[in-house]
Amino acid sequence: MTEEKTAQTDASTPIMTASGVDVFYGKKQAIKNVSLDIPENQITALIGPSGCGKSTFLRCFNRMNDTIDSCRVTGDIQFAGQDIYSSKVDVVALRSRIGMVFQKANPFPKSIFDNVAYGPRIHGLAETKDHLEDIVITSLRRAGLYDEVSDRLNEPGTSLSGGQQQRLCIARAIAVDPQIILMDEPCSALDPIATAIIENLMDSMKEKYTIVIVTHSMQQAARVSQQTAFFHLGELVESGATESIFTNPAQERTQNYISGRIG
Amino acid sequence: MSDDHIVTSFDEDMSRLEALFLEMGEMVAEQLKAATRALRKEDRVLAKQVVKGDRQLNKMEAELNDLAIKILALRQPFAGDLRKVVITLKSAGHLERIGDLTRNMAQRTNTITKAEADTGPIDTLIRMSEIVQDMIGSIMRAYRTGDTELATLVRALDQSVDTSHNALFREMLTYMMEDLRNISGCMHVMFMAKNIERMGDNVADIAKELIYMNTGDWPEGKRVKSDKTSKMILDPDNVET
Ligand SMILES: Nc1ncnc2c1ncn2[C@@H]1O[C@H](COP(=O)(O)OP(=O)(O)OP(=O)(O)O)[C@@H](O)[C@H]1O
Ligand SMILES: [Mg+2]
Repeated sequence: MTEEKTAQTDASTPIMTASGVDVFYGKKQAIKNVSLDIPENQITALIGPSGCGKSTFLRCFNRMNDTIDSCRVTGDIQFAGQDIYSSKVDVVALRSRIGMVFQKANPFPKSIFDNVAYGPRIHGLAETKDHLEDIVITSLRRAGLYDEVSDRLNEPGTSLSGGQQQRLCIARAIAVDPQIILMDEPCSALDPIATAIIENLMDSMKEKYTIVIVTHSMQQAARVSQQTAFFHLGELVESGATESIFTNPAQERTQNYISGRIG
Repeated sequence: MSDDHIVTSFDEDMSRLEALFLEMGEMVAEQLKAATRALRKEDRVLAKQVVKGDRQLNKMEAELNDLAIKILALRQPFAGDLRKVVITLKSAGHLERIGDLTRNMAQRTNTITKAEADTGPIDTLIRMSEIVQDMIGSIMRAYRTGDTELATLVRALDQSVDTSHNALFREMLTYMMEDLRNISGCMHVMFMAKNIERMGDNVADIAKELIYMNTGDWPEGKRVKSDKTSKMILDPDNVET
């Protein structure tokens, strides 16, 4: 961060700590020297205008950027006592600790059951068939979807409504028992009711998980998150307790963005 | 805030809100000035005008409330904008209250003038009113220009209203003890003084709110209150005059 002034922060133990992170696509720098703590069992919202690097930064947390050839990440991201970019880290295992939910619900072309069972199967988490069923049902329950699909677990995941599909993806992420769930605009394709259901779900999920969410909706960030980080042109302009950011931000750029004066 | 909002109609709504609040402030100051003049000149016609004029003020407040609620519901403002809408709404309530107190003052003027009741010296009361009129003028200027320093100053000014109120309380007690026939008029003056003292408190509250609106922080420390009338007793055998 270049500027020292930040809004008041709620102190809480970070589960993840990014320090001096830079991200390049080829020669183009998309993230510039960003440091941010992710507090445990809280929801952190990343906000900022389109193209400011929110998704890029979010993808750093579970090394999703590794899948993009031109992308290079430097700096340090600590999780569970080690730098996740160290060569010793097993990326597949890392991604089971840190799950991800995308903007567009992307269920596999399989049954509802298999969508959720997929992760536990490839990670060998279930010892028996019964155990696997337990995991699937528990995950669907935690995602607030079970009651709606309990009698059609063998139907394709794609037969569900948009909001249900998104909750299916959340169930799929939960099934491998992660600690952190990253969400990139999870509600942008949903109507207000489906959005409210997901927001309510996130609120109950934070007891067990830590959530980092990218959102374009200021109202959503204000409603669901405890910490908000504002990005602009690849920089972290300001981060702090959501309440302070939305009532009394320290930086003029934050003030201007959240009150609709820069787009 | 320097930049324009992306949505022009948002800026328009905000300007309208500010204008309404400033208009209310102007009207409140004029009402108090007129009420004070009516008292000094024993002018019942003017006093009645003030009583009537308060209705207009209530209407303006209602309009301001509707607009603020509309902005909150439809625009969902944040940060500085949010503070401006909420504080303007809250401060307008204080202005409306000052209007009510002014109306009550005019009603009492009408009563004592009609009865030709002796009130004793009212110079101190007039002075209190003038201080509060100044405070209202200054606080509206502070709102218009975003002047936190001026708001802080106004907040402190309220003390001199309290001090005058203490002095008047003593004067009136003395005057009432001198001649029982003065009691009726003096009681009305005392209530008017209390009204003006409450107006000062309302302006001081607006000042506190403006400081929050401008800075995002409530001013630290309690405001010094100097109203001591609640503790005053005059011993009739030992009156200092
Ligand atoms: N795969 C890529 N290759 C090259 N450049 C990329 C790639 N992905 C993103 N960028 C660039 O990096 C910058 C940040 O992009 P990013 O997608 O992180 O922004 P964002 O804040 O998530 O935007 P939005 O709100 O529109 O999703 C942009 O300038 C973008 O063009
Ligand atoms: Mg994005």
